[in-house]
This record gives sequence, C-alpha cells and structure tokens, in this order.
Amino acid sequence: MKRLLGTAALAVVLAAGTAQAQTSVKIGVLSDMSSLYSDIAGPGSVVAAKMAIADFIAKNPGVKVELISGDHQNKADVGSQLANQWYDVDKVDLIIDTPNSGVAFAVSQISATKNKLFIVSGAAASDLTGPKCNANTIHWTYDTWMLANGTGKALVKTGGDTWFFLTADYAFGHSLERDTAAAVEKDGGKVLGKVRHPLNTNDFSSFLLQAQSSKAKIIGLANAGGDTINAIKAGAEFGIVKGGQKFAGLLVFASDVNALGLQTAQGLTLTETWYWDLNDANRAWTKRWQAERGAAGKFPTMVQAGVYSGITHYLKSVVALKSGADGKAVAAKMKEMPTDDPLFGKGTIRADGRKLHPAYLLEVKAPAESKHPGDFYKVRATIPADEAFRPLKEGGCPLVSG
Amino acid sequence: MCDVAGNRNRVFEIFGIPSTALFGQLLIGLINGSFYALLSLGLAVIFGMLNIINFSHGAQYMLGAFVAYLLLQYSGLGYWPALIVAPLIVGITGVIVERLFLQWLYKLDHLYGLLLTFGLALIIEGVARNQFGSAGLPYTLPDSLRGGQNLGFMFLPNYRAWVIVASLTICIGTWFVIERTRLGANLRAATENPTLVRAFGINVPRMITLTYGFGVALAAFAGVMAAPIYNVSPQMGSELIIVVFAVVVIGGMGSILGAIVTGFGLGVIEGLTKVFFPEASNTVIFVIMAIVLLVRPAGLFGRRA
Repeated sequence: MKRLLGTAALAVVLAAGTAQAQTSVKIGVLSDMSSLYSDIAGPGSVVAAKMAIADFIAKNPGVKVELISGDHQNKADVGSQLANQWYDVDKVDLIIDTPNSGVAFAVSQISATKNKLFIVSGAAASDLTGPKCNANTIHWTYDTWMLANGTGKALVKTGGDTWFFLTADYAFGHSLERDTAAAVEKDGGKVLGKVRHPLNTNDFSSFLLQAQSSKAKIIGLANAGGDTINAIKAGAEFGIVKGGQKFAGLLVFASDVNALGLQTAQGLTLTETWYWDLNDANRAWTKRWQAERGAAGKFPTMVQAGVYSGITHYLKSVVALKSGADGKAVAAKMKEMPTDDPLFGKGTIRADGRKLHPAYLLEVKAPAESKHPGDFYKVRATIPADEAFRPLKEGGCPLVSG
Repeated sequence: MCDVAGNRNRVFEIFGIPSTALFGQLLIGLINGSFYALLSLGLAVIFGMLNIINFSHGAQYMLGAFVAYLLLQYSGLGYWPALIVAPLIVGITGVIVERLFLQWLYKLDHLYGLLLTFGLALIIEGVARNQFGSAGLPYTLPDSLRGGQNLGFMFLPNYRAWVIVASLTICIGTWFVIERTRLGANLRAATENPTLVRAFGINVPRMITLTYGFGVALAAFAGVMAAPIYNVSPQMGSELIIVVFAVVVIGGMGSILGAIVTGFGLGVIEGLTKVFFPEASNTVIFVIMAIVLLVRPAGLFGRRA
C-alpha cells in the first residue's frame, strides 16, 4: 500500500535557459501525511519545502529543483520501501523531514548505504547523531537531549527541584525521562518518583493522584501528543496547578497547545527551537506559509520551519559543489559552510551531523495575555547554541571518535 | 491538594499503599467505569435488539465530541445544550445509516454488519482527520462544573462527580425502559419474533431504526461528556472502542445489565491496576476477557444462545 502524494504533480521546475550548465537535484519530503504527526510535519512540511525552493530559485535561477512527497504511515517498512524506490528509481538526492524516530533510523541507514543525503527535521531521537550517526545524515531541528536539557535545567534553576515523571512506556518515553532525570539531578534536583503509563492512555487522573501525593514541585511529562494533552487536561481539572505543582511538557508542539486551549495549558513550560511569533521574519514567513497551505488558523511548527531552513542550506551547498549526486560530499560541504537563513539565523553543523542553533525556553500564556490567535508563548530564556545540544564528545558518534 | 490532615489517624496501609490513596483510586476507577458503562450500554442495546456488532461506535462517540465542538464554535451553543443537541444530530445520522445500509444485513451473518460498520468507522475518522487535523481540538470545562470538593482522601472535581451521576442515570433509565416497560417488552419481542409482533399492529422496522438511532445517540452522549476532559481528536474513539468491546464481551454480548455492571466493575479493576502495576493497565481488561471467555464463553451475564 504505497501512497505517493502527488508524486509528479508537485514538481517545482524552473528552467532558466541560461548558457551555463544547469545543476539539478530532486528532493523528497518523507513524512506522516495522514495520522498522528501530520499536523506537526506532513503537508505543512511540503509547503515549507516548496517555499524554500521557490525562494532559492528566485536568487539562483541556474538551479533546477524537483520536489516529491510521500507518506510513511509511521511504519518503518513503508518508509524504507519508499526511500529505496525514491533513491533507486526516482533518482531522489535528498530525503527530508521524517517524523517518527523508528522510520528515521531506517531511512538514515538506507541513505548511508546508497550514499544519498538525509536531513531529519521531524524525528526526535538524539541517537541519530549519537551511536547511530553516519556521514549521510544531518539532524536539523531538535532532539530528545535538547528538550530534556532545556526544560529540565531551566526549571531546576528557578526552584523546581523535585520531580515526578509521567512516562510513556516505550523507547521514546524512557529516553526522554532518562535524559531529563540526568539533567535535573546534575543541577542538584531530585526525582521523587515516576509512573510508566501505556501509550495512548485515555485517563490520567489515577496517575495524577500519585503525582499529587508525591508532593513533587514539577510533574514532568515524558510523553507526546494525545498523552500529553490528556494528562494536562486532567491536571487542570484536578487542580494540580492550582495546588502549587507545575507541569513540564518535555515534547510539546504549538498544535498541542492549540488543542489544549490556553485556559488549560497556561503556565506550561516547554522548549522549542523555533516559534512563529518570535520575530518579524518568522511572522512574515508564517503569513506566507498560511496562504500557501490554505489554512489561516494553523500555525507552522518548528519541524516545518526546520524543513525550510534545511533545504535552504542544502541548496546552497549543492550550488557550491555544482552537484548533488554524492551525498557524503554534500553533507561535508554543509558542515563546512556556516548556515544562515531567515528562520533559524546563523548556525553551524557539527561533525556528528548535529545542526546547532539556539533553543527557547517558553511558557504558555494565560488567555488574558494572548493578544491574537496563535499568541501562545512568552519567551522565558534563550539557550545559546553551544549549550542547547549535547556536547560532541558525549554523544558516542563513531564519526567523531573514530 | 489531597489534604488528609483531618483523618490522618484513620490512615492504614494496604500492600504499601495508604488507604486514603486507595479510596481515591477506587473512586477514579468508578468514574472511568461510568464511561465504559455508557459506551458499552449503547453497544449492548444495538447488539441485543438488532444483532449488529456496531464497530462504528467509537467513531460515533468521536462524532459526538466533534459536534459539540462545532456547535460551540459556529453557533455558540455551550456544553449543556450540546449534551442534548449533539446526540440528536449524531443519532439522526445513525438513523440514516440504518435505513441506507444496516436494514439489509439483519438476515445475514454477523460478519457483514461488523465489516460494514468497521468500514464506516474508518471513513468517518478519515474525513475528520482530513478536515480538522490529527492534533485535537480545544474544548474546556463548562464554568458551572469547574472546581471540586475536598473529600478528605482526595480532591473530586465537580465534573467527574457529574459524570458518575449522569452515567448512572442514563444506564438505569435505559435498563428500566428495556427490561421493565411495555415499550421495552415490545422491543424485545420484536427481536425474538418480528412477524408475530407485527401482527399486533406494531411497526417493527421503525422501532428497530429508532433503536439503532438511540444506541448511536448514547455513543455521542458519551462523546460530549468526554470532550471537556479528554483530547478531542479523530482517533479518540478508536483508542477507546477496543476496551469497550472487551467490556461488552465480558458482560455478555447483548446483555444490558451485564454491560452496565462490567463497565463499572472493570473501571475499578483498571484503576487499581494503575496503582499497583501501571504498565499493565491497558492489558488487564483483556486478560480478564480471556479468562472469562474460557470459563463462561457467553460472558458473565450472557444467556447461552
């Protein structure tokens, strides 16, 4: 069951017809188009990719870029099959986005074997630039270590030194909990307890009662999506925040905040690397994105912005090399050149493939503070690029040590 | 919160868990059980009266929550009117589905009804996801039910108390109508022997249609009840419906009393599992289902066919 969403239709072609030899590349957005993560990435990522290509071609008419997209349905086998087909048959040079760490690991492997390039924006696992790193994969937007470190550290610093974890009982939840607990304890905080709940738990009230009686100041939510939303909704009802405890959302997207409503989500602390309402450049980009997406009420996530930023830098490197055929060479060029784009500003890519940029510690506004639709956060702190991500030598990436 | 100062002297421990915490968990289990009971009640009514295994029940539950959201968004109708209007609207869609599709399936194997309703559920969910995205929609507590009571051993939100009361009322009311009134007697007779009941001048097909509509409306009612406290997303129903089916099987397919009692009972058992072994809280109901099927294949309250 493979569903290629408008494979041919989405081609963005701009032949300039100049005398110079044309560089031409093909980009595939591999994402979750129809389920859990389709709001975080999905069709919105395709729109971001189109915008990046259009902006780049406007300045570099000599480059020919084609874009296709596909749905991995959150299944590693479907994702692998698509990636193989794209690389072998459709001659795709770059695969980008790919939320769901399981699929991302598979595609990263394939990209290395076939010497193509893979830019991860949607997936979170920090192992992508750790033990499982390779010379053909670049991890762009965020990762679990950065989320854990950003939110964990900041809360301990401001007095939230006792923690209770509600953890989704699978690999992602465990690693998020492990990384956060490490960050908390390193700064002198204490973990008072934890509950491992099954994925897709409907009712959190029972777990919240346990968190409540632990008297921990912070309830860390090492889960995502519907689980996070259900936990916070029940928390508001059971008076958790009014009782003096605070939620820390370890992976929260703007779309989750929207689903909660500010009334319920207010006071929630979280970390992101991009927020649409942060500055004028982001706001202008968001307006364009909404128009292209045909969704005035939706707001782009950091994952989608990451797709734009990643493609922009990729195309620059391709132009510098005059070719996108050798994945390893393009990756090396991308690491060599400093990054600079309107959304993430100036940055660099490390030897292990980790893109570095600042992260923002955000707090969800109260309804009265929110001035316009999508006015979700106030920025509590900016974490500089060199502190936001895991130090190079701690990652265990063979590219670095070997 | 959870101020136990007043009765600290009465606290004792059960398996290392303070009794006060345990009472809280029992009560929460009861609240979750009332959701199970409401949903399995609708399924039991539909199966008992129509012999249809209604797999789109979860999607119809989700529709209830979505209609409540749309009513609030586009016509300003709040929670209380939605509690009546949303089940009505979704119930009417149920009537249409019954007239268009289900009425042709009664004479066939159960499997056909199951496949049809399952397909419908996939379509409804797909359309909802396409229209509203997968992340979820905001729906907040009605102001009149904000806050809660301190029971000493736990903080009971007013809304949860309301959930128990509403669910019990609906459950007992439905049981009473079907098992103890003339209307219910006609209905039960019509499932046993439609030809004979028709001979008494009763419009059997219409009665069956309305029964399906009622069962669907019950699902939508549960959906509206869930909207303020759970994430309103296209997949909210499919996550819950499997558990509810297990509840119905344990209670005995088609047994209304069985659906109600096991709904509440399993809520409590699941609640206790969340304290002693949280990792298993999604599985415990299915373990019980397997055991019950081994010992009593017709379910706890089922009559052997």
